[in-house]
Amino acid sequence: MTLTDHELEQAFETTIAHNDRIEPRDWMPEGYRKTLVRQVAQHAHSEIIGMQPEGAWITRAPSLRRKAILLAKVQDEAGHGLYLYSACETLGVSRGELTDMLIQGRQKYSSIFNYPTLSYADVGTIGWLVDGAAICNQVPLCRTSFGPYGRAMIRICKEESFHQRQGYELLMTMMRGTDEQRAMVQESVDRFWWPALMMFGPPDAESPNSAQSMAWGIKRNTNDELRQRFVDMSMPQAEALGVTFPDPDLRWNEERGHYDFGTPDWDEFMQVVKGDGPCNRQRIAHRKRAHEDGAWVREAATAFAAKELSA
Amino acid sequence: MSEEPQAEWPLYEVFVRGKRGLNHVHVGSLHAADDEMAVRHARDVYTRRNEGVSIWVVRAEAITASSPDEKDPFFAPSGDKVYRHPTFYAIPDDVPHM
Ligand SMILES: [Fe+2]
Ligand SMILES: [Fe+2]
Repeated sequence: MTLTDHELEQAFETTIAHNDRIEPRDWMPEGYRKTLVRQVAQHAHSEIIGMQPEGAWITRAPSLRRKAILLAKVQDEAGHGLYLYSACETLGVSRGELTDMLIQGRQKYSSIFNYPTLSYADVGTIGWLVDGAAICNQVPLCRTSFGPYGRAMIRICKEESFHQRQGYELLMTMMRGTDEQRAMVQESVDRFWWPALMMFGPPDAESPNSAQSMAWGIKRNTNDELRQRFVDMSMPQAEALGVTFPDPDLRWNEERGHYDFGTPDWDEFMQVVKGDGPCNRQRIAHRKRAHEDGAWVREAATAFAAKELSA
Repeated sequence: MSEEPQAEWPLYEVFVRGKRGLNHVHVGSLHAADDEMAVRHARDVYTRRNEGVSIWVVRAEAITASSPDEKDPFFAPSGDKVYRHPTFYAIPDDVPHM
């Protein structure tokens, strides 16, 4: 018995309506598949490119303890990228294609990783704010409608809390240090606050694909909802740390029960997304070099495997 | 080395036994040149925090799955056999340990 396309679509819609998960071998509308490939790939690329800003500090960590922590954190991000590539491949794209699309600039990654890391305090700020924003984004995605994506998110979320806490602890340590160290923390937070807010994407009114993604259960919250949640979570943490955010409009709104805050510079955001951020070229060039430098290893391993098989 | 464009390392599915007494559970996939490398990569990717005491890897292409195109209602036969489920049987509330 073969089901008609109409019946298949009906079955898909029913699964979504029941908040059930779609699995790789289920029938799905082409638009759903495409949207997921774009989102999961972009997410995977972000984890992989995200290793660079912090990875740059591994050799210059201030102590063996910090070095071990940073190594573990960056290794986790590689793992996150691999979980997500694995989820993306269940949608019928190959790993090679995904890598090519990243290197050729045909798929994007989070704009945040196009900002430079100028001091070791940035390692702390990234853990606190950037991983913090990522957690805000990722926790609801554990319930996303595509099974493999949701399962990858669950694994990732379990590991992210270490990332955020090590960052916050690093900053706390610096805040207990000298005036110069405290100034380093504030300067770092000043640079990362707005780019962190931009991680949630453009405002809802200018996010054309959001409604469809929500209808399909791929996204569970709008960009603005998540951004608000992040601001509300971050404010008491900033107070406890003793730093401020560079936003004169940031204040508690009793009536709304939320913090009001200013508008990120969306022109800057668009510029970074389009490839003209401070580090876009450097990030892609680095990824490309790493991929090309690794070619002989991939080839040698393939040749070795073939030899073993014929022996 | 072959003249053809370098093929990707094959895809492996990874199964991890979380602790003694549990089944191996599918956790994801990865690419590796051979079986041995697949196990090593699986350890690094999927068990960085003692998530497992044992790992299985199997070439994805070696897996046979039910209903290849999902167009056949392969699982329909069990749908009408509700008597296979414990809730099918009404047991009085005062019967303990059921
Ligand atoms: Fe991550
Ligand atoms: Fe992280």
